[in-house]
Amino acid sequence: MKKLINDPQAVVAESVEGFVAAHADLVVSSGDEEKLFVSRAGGAVSGKVGLVSGGGSGHEPLHAGFVGLGMLDAAVPGAVFTSPTPDPIVAATVAADGGAGVLHIVKNYTGDVLNFETAAELAELEDVTVTSVIVDDDVAVQDSLYTAGRRGVAGTVLVEKIAGAAAERGDDLEAVAAIATRVNENVRSMGVALTACTVPHAGKPSFDLAEDEIEIGIGIHGEPGRERIPAASADEITERLLTAVADDLQVASGDRLVLLVNGMGGTPASELYIVYRQARALLEQRGASVERSLVGNYVTSLEMQGASVTVLRLDDELLSLYDAPVHTAALRWGA
Amino acid sequence: MRQNRMALIDLDRAIGDGDHGENMDRGFTAVLGKLQSTETETIGDVLALVAKTLMSTVGGAAGPLYGTAYLRASKAAGTTLDAAGVADVLEAALGGIVARGKADREDKTMVDAWGPASEAARDVARAGGSGVEAVQAAAEAAQAGAVATEPLTARKGRASYLGARSVGHRDPGAQSTALLLDAAAAAAREGERG
Repeated sequence: MKKLINDPQAVVAESVEGFVAAHADLVVSSGDEEKLFVSRAGGAVSGKVGLVSGGGSGHEPLHAGFVGLGMLDAAVPGAVFTSPTPDPIVAATVAADGGAGVLHIVKNYTGDVLNFETAAELAELEDVTVTSVIVDDDVAVQDSLYTAGRRGVAGTVLVEKIAGAAAERGDDLEAVAAIATRVNENVRSMGVALTACTVPHAGKPSFDLAEDEIEIGIGIHGEPGRERIPAASADEITERLLTAVADDLQVASGDRLVLLVNGMGGTPASELYIVYRQARALLEQRGASVERSLVGNYVTSLEMQGASVTVLRLDDELLSLYDAPVHTAALRWGA
Repeated sequence: MRQNRMALIDLDRAIGDGDHGENMDRGFTAVLGKLQSTETETIGDVLALVAKTLMSTVGGAAGPLYGTAYLRASKAAGTTLDAAGVADVLEAALGGIVARGKADREDKTMVDAWGPASEAARDVARAGGSGVEAVQAAAEAAQAGAVATEPLTARKGRASYLGARSVGHRDPGAQSTALLLDAAAAAAREGERG
């Protein structure tokens, strides 16, 4: 294992330390190693619904990179690939409450759901009203009857952006939660891994993939969802991903969409644009129009090579909230 | 947990994301520290301290699941742990895990270790055995239960995404359960020898 780290146990703390120092105009850290979270530099916004998300580290810029104007109020980084415990989530929730309650945006992974659920109950004891929205945009998981259900993957960024804009314009907690739910209902994703990643404390790759194999339908830790197939061209892989996503979302002629091509951390931008090119062409073949695009590393899996394709169906309100100003370390426009 | 850290990581790499050994090592290292620095009077106090420490240090799915198990166990614990007491504690722990994780037997989870363990302890109690014998039987049943997860298809947790490809791998949570009960059995035997 070759990594730019000092000590596997210190990866999260040192990374957060650097992050808040680099973006001191936007964010601060709680500075408490046992209750570590990142929140807006100005503190909770009075009267505004607070948005809190979090999960295992290793998916940067998710979630701390999306703390700031128009998006999250606080983010809780757990250990690498391990959801945070309830204590820091409660602390972040209290810090994010501006008196209008807090929305937890939780990716559908068993650990994230259980810890946020416990934290929400504990936060209520601190007189903070909490509502939770579970993001489950991953179409790779087909039969939710015999699994933990669809995972929350890159679509989470769009949920956080749009719900964040709704909170910023002054919607109450119920309305912000309803918007977040609406985004989740209209967003689908699927990913592919070309190589595994190495979790620092494990010291070896998280899964084994032969040189000529790729894993279709991965989650954001490389865990599989559909099948392992021989390596194929970018267009063939993109078609598999996009078709699964667009079929599940029932993309139809006239639909207005956001297309997000997300890198898993180890894939160059040039390759992401090759994927984007094909995904966009396939959507246009269906008569849909891609109104907004994001191409880059937003929800990563350490240094894993691979990408995911996310499609969000827009309506007028979702589009205007998507376009609303955002100023975070990893996403910025209009502000 | 420290000795078995890498073994659990490897089991979890096969069908999960490879963090289970690290998380359990972190949690139980914290438990050792807390037990040395905190005054506890009853068995329930000890179990409650373990519960709180695990919940606030382990994270992932294992933190809330083991935390809830020890919390329920602490409430069920009496002043002495005879065979019936051991069975009560293990049944309560199992109930907590099932309530939190909503898993059934044969879903390929830690329930497949806790279930047989609690039954084995109850059998010893019914047969008039001692508390030490009950923990010993529970530990053996948990280990057998962990081994028996190998041919199962995972239906809960991270491994469920593998579906049929999870077959042939032992569930890491069932294995860490077996390790915990094995440690409890060793401690009980040592306590008996005094």
